[in-house]
Amino acid sequence: MIKFDRFTLSNGLRVIVHRDHSTPMAVVNVLYDVGARDEEPARTGFAHLFEHLMFGGSVNIPVYDEPLQLAGGENNAYTTNDLTNYYCQLPAENIETAFWLESDRMLSLAFSEKSLDVQRKVVCEEFKEHYINKPYGDVWKIMRELAFEQHPYRWMTIGRELSHIEEAQLEDVRRFFFKHYRPVNAILTVAGNVYTDQVRELAEKWFGGIESGERYQRNLPQEPGQTAARRLEVKANVPLDAFYKTWHMSARMDPRYYAADLITDMLGGGGSSRLYQSLVKEQKLFSSIDCYHFGSLDAGLLTIEGKLVKGIDIHAAESAVETEIEKMLKDGVTDKELQKVKNKTESIMAFEDMSVMSRASSLAFYELLGDASLMNEELSKYRAVTTEEILAECHRIFRPENSNTLHYLADAKEA
Amino acid sequence: MTPDRQHPPRMKDAVDLTLELKPYRSFTLDNGIPVYAVDAGAEEVMSLEIVFQAGNWYEPANGIANAVNSLLKNGTPKHNAFEINEHFEYFGAYLNRNCYNETSTVTLHCLTKHLPELLPVMQELITESVFPEQELDIYRQNMKQRLEVNLRKCEFIAGRLIDEYLFGFDHPYGIYSSAEMYDALDRGDLKSFHERYYVNGQAMIFVAGILPADLEASLNRIFGQLPLNRTPLPTILHPVKPTLEKKHFILNDPDGVQGAIRLARPFPNRHHPDYKPAMVLNTLFGGYFGSRLMDNIREEKGYTYGIYSHIQNHIGQTAWMVSTEAGREVCEATIREIHHEMKRLREDEIPDDELMMVRNYLMGTILGDLDGPFQIIGRWKNLILNGLDSQFFYDTLKTIREITPQELNALADKYLREEDFYELTVV
Repeated sequence: MIKFDRFTLSNGLRVIVHRDHSTPMAVVNVLYDVGARDEEPARTGFAHLFEHLMFGGSVNIPVYDEPLQLAGGENNAYTTNDLTNYYCQLPAENIETAFWLESDRMLSLAFSEKSLDVQRKVVCEEFKEHYINKPYGDVWKIMRELAFEQHPYRWMTIGRELSHIEEAQLEDVRRFFFKHYRPVNAILTVAGNVYTDQVRELAEKWFGGIESGERYQRNLPQEPGQTAARRLEVKANVPLDAFYKTWHMSARMDPRYYAADLITDMLGGGGSSRLYQSLVKEQKLFSSIDCYHFGSLDAGLLTIEGKLVKGIDIHAAESAVETEIEKMLKDGVTDKELQKVKNKTESIMAFEDMSVMSRASSLAFYELLGDASLMNEELSKYRAVTTEEILAECHRIFRPENSNTLHYLADAKEA
Repeated sequence: MTPDRQHPPRMKDAVDLTLELKPYRSFTLDNGIPVYAVDAGAEEVMSLEIVFQAGNWYEPANGIANAVNSLLKNGTPKHNAFEINEHFEYFGAYLNRNCYNETSTVTLHCLTKHLPELLPVMQELITESVFPEQELDIYRQNMKQRLEVNLRKCEFIAGRLIDEYLFGFDHPYGIYSSAEMYDALDRGDLKSFHERYYVNGQAMIFVAGILPADLEASLNRIFGQLPLNRTPLPTILHPVKPTLEKKHFILNDPDGVQGAIRLARPFPNRHHPDYKPAMVLNTLFGGYFGSRLMDNIREEKGYTYGIYSHIQNHIGQTAWMVSTEAGREVCEATIREIHHEMKRLREDEIPDDELMMVRNYLMGTILGDLDGPFQIIGRWKNLILNGLDSQFFYDTLKTIREITPQELNALADKYLREEDFYELTVV
């Protein structure tokens, strides 16, 4: 049970305080309700590029990192398709430094041409490092475009192409900031060796005077239900054939989400999972196989991916995957198997909750979903899932017309 | 209430913080296995790590130590690989194995309440693993395939080659895998390595988290009666044979858009008096986000997504290394800038405020790193395996607080000389 206090400033900034006096540290976490899904199709990658610019100086503070390091702190940030999260950890005595820094960049950025110029290059190098200069680096670009025709999940957080980043202008940056980076679109979580009254006072002092801004009304094109199976074959400069298949699954707040999450663990989570045991160990068709999803807030994808053993025909590999799914659809799952993945979930949650930083970002995440106290209800929701619900969910997900299959083949010239 | 945004709020210098490394509790099992325990935390979870002197230092042929460590979970006379995996997974537990140069580890993470169900199986793996031939076949095949994918990554190749230049391919720190190596793995070798270095090996145990009250008794029952810690380790010497040629360029992918750059020089281990000061100098140079390398090469020039320097974590002679992936067309410029930053550290006075920032940053991160039982035991393990004690920890803090700009310049003059560095670019 994670305890917390919660209040909202008059400008709409939601504040959550989680006290833990066993640590000498404090964590300040600021979550902005904006991610790659909120970008325009012609300017993808912007939310993430923007995250970089948040370190390029704010209106009163030329360099974000220096004062924080001087206070003995560390920080980082990440952008997903759904949200952008900034966090720093520092000795609790110096917590006001974090308030000063975070509030100044919520007040306004410096909007420096130099910072934009450099970060465009840095992000282009990040793009190259992770998505171009890596074998299989463009798989998710291809798969997202195959599986989504309407929803902005059809592009990756890094952006659809380098040119979108290279062409970003300072005016875009300014507009994006005043649209999304306002108190009314943000959640501040403060955790660790702190007191609620102290946080309230500091929050009022540093964030209270920032203009509220307009609540961003998200109105994204929704993905229509897929009605026909989609298939794609690509050849690439890779050493091994790879198989990717996705099915649309429910959104994060859908009660069915929990069953889908447990299904991925039964199929692909660990050495005793169905796919690993059958396809890697017994049939030796794949050298690696996994089943996962991204936990995205809007309806996302459940994925099976694997690399094939050399010499195995990808159609044979695919039909073996299908056979495993059919087995699950026909016979369902056992109580023991379900209990296993529930136990795993319980254990993962306990390990995650060990770190104050992780507790702080989880509280912010669940507050974004609607209520921070949802964090304390998660385990019981997983525990309540029955084998019947698992079977029903399998039938909803694993329909051929709901699927997207990608054969990512080693270019024969390469062999 | 209008806050003063022009000036930072008053802050306590992190160098003035009192840092304490929470002491461990220790005891010895009947057969002599030392156990180090840190009882702390708020969640009902724990970790139990057995460290064997069974790294690749001791292997008779390349790849054996890693294969044994990796395949420990793949079968005993009583249980096959699936049953073993299912057992740990049923209890939501993780049994990880890692093989290093001197040591190899078997690590359990679990909810404390499940420990009694898990310890006996852990014992079974350590004493009775049989390394079935078909499991070894799958391992060979899958590791070869994984290697083939990795060999397409410039940073993977760079990481292997720079170690080879520094230590020589025949040294455990410089050797690396190949398809031929996997093909040559012999089940008999695996079994005898297991027999010698696990069943009859030298072990230590590190536990942390919320610990059960009967920990000592149950560890004694499960591990204290095994024939461990009886047979002394053989003395095996591996001379370091560095490569003579310092500059290397490898074209691995003609279409590559980035180059993996590594610059490295030999450096003494933690027992050398220069080690602690070098940790401070390294931070300044390339050890944190505000470092000289990051500031210049990423934040000023945009040549890379990230650039870091670090001292390799070796027990014996080690190395000081700079690593980055930079745009292909700016690789040479990147190396020039790395040299330039070395020169500045040798020749220009280090500003007090920059040094103050590094001191505070280091103290703050150490404080943050000591937060939680797994972090505390991790730091103890590192000290103990390197033959050090808490004095090293407190002396490091003293160095961070007291080292002068002049001492850092002198240290840079001694170690950060471009002619001493191996230099490698892999595109």
